[in-house]
Amino acid sequence: MEVLVALLAFALLAVVIAVIAAPLRASLARPPERKRERVSPERAELEAEREAKYREIRDAELDFRTGKLSREDYASLDAALRSEGLEILNRLEALDDRPKTDPEVED
Amino acid sequence: MADLGRICLLLALVVCAYGIFAAVYGVRTGRVEFSESARRAVYALAIILTTAFAVLEIAFLRNDFAFNTVADTSSRTTPTFYRAAAVWSSQEGSLLLWAWLLSLWSSLALFLVRRRMRDIAAYATAVLLGFAAFFISLMIFYATPFATTSPAPAEGVGLDPLLRFPTMMIHPPMLYSGYTLCTIPLAFAVGALATRRVDADWIKAIRRFAFAAWLFLGVGILLGARWSYSELGWGGYWGWDAVENASLMPWLTGTAFLHSLMIQEKRGMLKVWNVSLVLATGTLAVMGTFLVRSGILNSIHAFGGATLGVPFVVLIGILIAGSIYLVVSRRDVLRSEHRLDSLLSRESLFLANNVVLVALCFVIFWGTYFPLISEALTGTEASVGPPWFDRYTVPLALILVLLSGIGPVIAWRRATLANARRNFLAPLLGALATLVVLVAAGVTERPFALAMFCCAGFVFASVAQEFVRGTRARRAIAGEPPPLALLALVRRNRRRYGGYVVHVGIAVLFVGVAASSSFQHAVEQRIAVGGSTRVGSYTIRYVRPTATITPKEDRAHTGSTLALGAVLDVSKGKRHVATLRPSEGFYDSGEPAQGSVGHLIGGQAVSHISMSAGLTRDVWTAIAPDISTPALQRIVTIGNRTLSAEEAPIAIGVLAREYLKHPPAAEFHFIVSPLVMWIWIGGLIVFGGGLIAIWPAPSTVRRRVALRSRSAHGLARA
Repeated sequence: MEVLVALLAFALLAVVIAVIAAPLRASLARPPERKRERVSPERAELEAEREAKYREIRDAELDFRTGKLSREDYASLDAALRSEGLEILNRLEALDDRPKTDPEVED
Repeated sequence: MADLGRICLLLALVVCAYGIFAAVYGVRTGRVEFSESARRAVYALAIILTTAFAVLEIAFLRNDFAFNTVADTSSRTTPTFYRAAAVWSSQEGSLLLWAWLLSLWSSLALFLVRRRMRDIAAYATAVLLGFAAFFISLMIFYATPFATTSPAPAEGVGLDPLLRFPTMMIHPPMLYSGYTLCTIPLAFAVGALATRRVDADWIKAIRRFAFAAWLFLGVGILLGARWSYSELGWGGYWGWDAVENASLMPWLTGTAFLHSLMIQEKRGMLKVWNVSLVLATGTLAVMGTFLVRSGILNSIHAFGGATLGVPFVVLIGILIAGSIYLVVSRRDVLRSEHRLDSLLSRESLFLANNVVLVALCFVIFWGTYFPLISEALTGTEASVGPPWFDRYTVPLALILVLLSGIGPVIAWRRATLANARRNFLAPLLGALATLVVLVAAGVTERPFALAMFCCAGFVFASVAQEFVRGTRARRAIAGEPPPLALLALVRRNRRRYGGYVVHVGIAVLFVGVAASSSFQHAVEQRIAVGGSTRVGSYTIRYVRPTATITPKEDRAHTGSTLALGAVLDVSKGKRHVATLRPSEGFYDSGEPAQGSVGHLIGGQAVSHISMSAGLTRDVWTAIAPDISTPALQRIVTIGNRTLSAEEAPIAIGVLAREYLKHPPAAEFHFIVSPLVMWIWIGGLIVFGGGLIAIWPAPSTVRRRVALRSRSAHGLARA
C-alpha cells in the first residue's frame, strides 16, 4: 500500500509540475518578450461598451414596441443612443491596428 | 490512503503559495509566462483537490474507520447512498468540499478569461488561491480530513440521522457552489480595483458567475427549506436560524448586484455601489461558512467545535479592511459617468429595489449577529426570534414583490406619466381583482397576507402584459404565429424575459409563504389508538400502530434500528382524504454503556414525517411514540442483562411486538397548511427563469460582427 501511495504521489507531483511549468518552459524556449493579450484592455473595454450600447438600443426599441415609450420619446432616445454608439465605434476605429477580435454579440 | 490525502493537502498549499507569488510577480513585472503559470496553478490545484476528495469519498464508501472523520460520521449500518454524502456532514469533509468546489469554479472562470483581462485575471488568481490556501491551511493545521487512528475501530458512530434525507446529497454542494462562486466576482473586483480598470469589461466577465452564484445559492437555500419541512419534525420551512440567515444574506446582496450591474452596463453609473455589493456578497459568503464552521452561534446546522473561529475572524477582518481600502483608494476611477435622467425610470426602480434588498440584508444581519453583539456589550447572551424578523422583513418583502411588478412596465432612462398610467392599468386591475375575490371569499383577517396576494396579482398581470405585448410586437415585425413569436422574443431577450419569469416565481413563492404562515392550523395532541382529533376542517384518526425492526426495511431507508409509527386516516366530512404513516426512527448510539440492547435504540430519535401534499393544502403529520412505558423498558432492561451483542436484536423484535400488541398513546403533531406546494413551485419557476437568463445565446443566434467593415451595420441592426 505504501508503495502504491508513493507512486500515486509522484505521479500527481509530475502532473502538477508539468501543468504549472509549461508556460515557463515555453518562454525559455523562445526569447522572452512581453506577450500581448489577444484583446487589448482598451479594445476590450470599448467592445464591452459597444455590446452594452447595442443591447440598450434593442431594449429601447422593445420598450417602445411594448408601449412603455411614446413615439417622440423613443425617437429622441434612439437618436441619442445611436449617437453614443457611433462615438464608441469611432473610438474603436481610432485604435491602432492591433489584433482585433470578432466579438460575439447576443442577437 | 490517508497518507495520499495528507500529501495532496501539503502539495495543494505549496501550489497555492507558488500561484500567488507567480500571479503577483507576473503582473508586476509584465512577465506573462508567470501569470499563465499562476493560472495553471489553479488547474493543478483542482487536480490535487479532486484526488484528495476522491481519497476521502473512497474511505467513506469502503467503511475505512481508520479515518477519524469516517468513524465519526459514518457506520456500516448507514445506507450507501448516505455514506457517499457523509463526506460533507463532518467539519473536515465540508472544508475539503469548499476548497474543492472553489478550485473547480476558479479553474472554469480563469479558463474563460484566459485571453482577456490578463492583469485583472492575475490579481483574481492570487485572491482565489488565497482563499484556497486559507481553507487548505485549516485542513492541515486545525481539522484534517485525513487524520487516522490505529487500530481502526470496528464500527463508526454513524451519520447524524437528521442528515439522512435525499436532498442532503445535493443541498450542501449547491450551497457551497453558491458560496464559492460568490468569491469569483469578489476576486475579479479586487483585480479590477487593483488595476484601476473598473469598466464594462470586468462586469461582463463576472456577470455569468454572479448569476450562477445567485442561482446555486437560491437552489441550496430552497433545498434546505425543503429538508427543514420534511425532516426536522417541527413542520416549518424557515425558522430564521443563524445558518439559514447566513446563506440568505449573500443571496440578497447578489440579487441587488444582478439588478444594479445592468445600470452600470448601460449607463456607467453605480460603480462604487456595484463593487461594494460584489465585495459584500463575497465577504458574506465567507461569513456564512464561518457561522457554520465556527460553532459560534447556536444552530441546528452548527458543526461543533469553535476551533476555527479565530482564523475565520482574521480572514473576514482582512476582507472587510481590504475592501474598504480598495474602494476608498480607487474612488477617482469609480466616479459615475452619467446621472439619472428621470426619477420615473427603470434605473430608479432598480435603485429602490437595491435599497430594499440591502435593508432586508441589514435587518437579517442584525438579527443574526445580535446575540454576539449583545454578549460582547453586556456580557449576557440575548437572541431575537421569528416575530422580531417578521416585524421588519414582512413589510420589506411586500415592497420587494410590488417593485418586481412595477419594474417590468417602466422604461429605461425615462418614462412619461401618460405611458405609466396606461401600463399600470392591467397590473392594477390584476391586484384589484385579487382583492375582490379574496374579500368575497372572506379572507380578510390577515392584512399582510392579503396585501401579499394583491401584490402577487399585480406582478402576474404586469409580467403577463409584458409577454403579451412583446409577442404582439414580435408578430408585427416577423409575422410569426404566437407560440413562435413568444419563443423568438424570449430567445432574443433572454435576460429580460428570464428575469420576468424569476419575478413571477418570487411572487408565487411569497404567495405560498404568506398563505401557509397566515392560515395554518396546527395541533399537538396525545392520542390513543382509535382516537381522533380535528385540525382545521380535517379529522385525523389514529387507526393502528406500526413497528419496523430491520434497518433495511425501514420505510425511510435511513438505517434506523427500530421505527415505531402509526397509520392515520385523514378525512374531510365523510370523504376519505389520505392514509398517512408517520414514524420515528430509533438509531444505534454506539455507546456500549447503554447496554447490549439499549444502545441499539439509544441514539438520537428522528421523526419521519408523513404528509398528503397538494396544490391547495398540505396535511403534515409527525409522531413521537412513547417507549418509556414500564412494559417496554422492562424488555430493554432484561435484554441488557441477559443478551449478548449478537443476540440483542431479538429483544428489539420483542419490543416491537409488545408495542404493536399494547400500543401506548402517542404524541402527535398535525399541521394543515394551505399552498405550501407553491413555495416549491415558485422556487422551480425562479430556477427556470434563472436558467433562461443565464443560458448562452445559441450559436445560430449569435452573430459575429466584424469590427471595421460591419460596425455601422451592427449599430443599424442593434
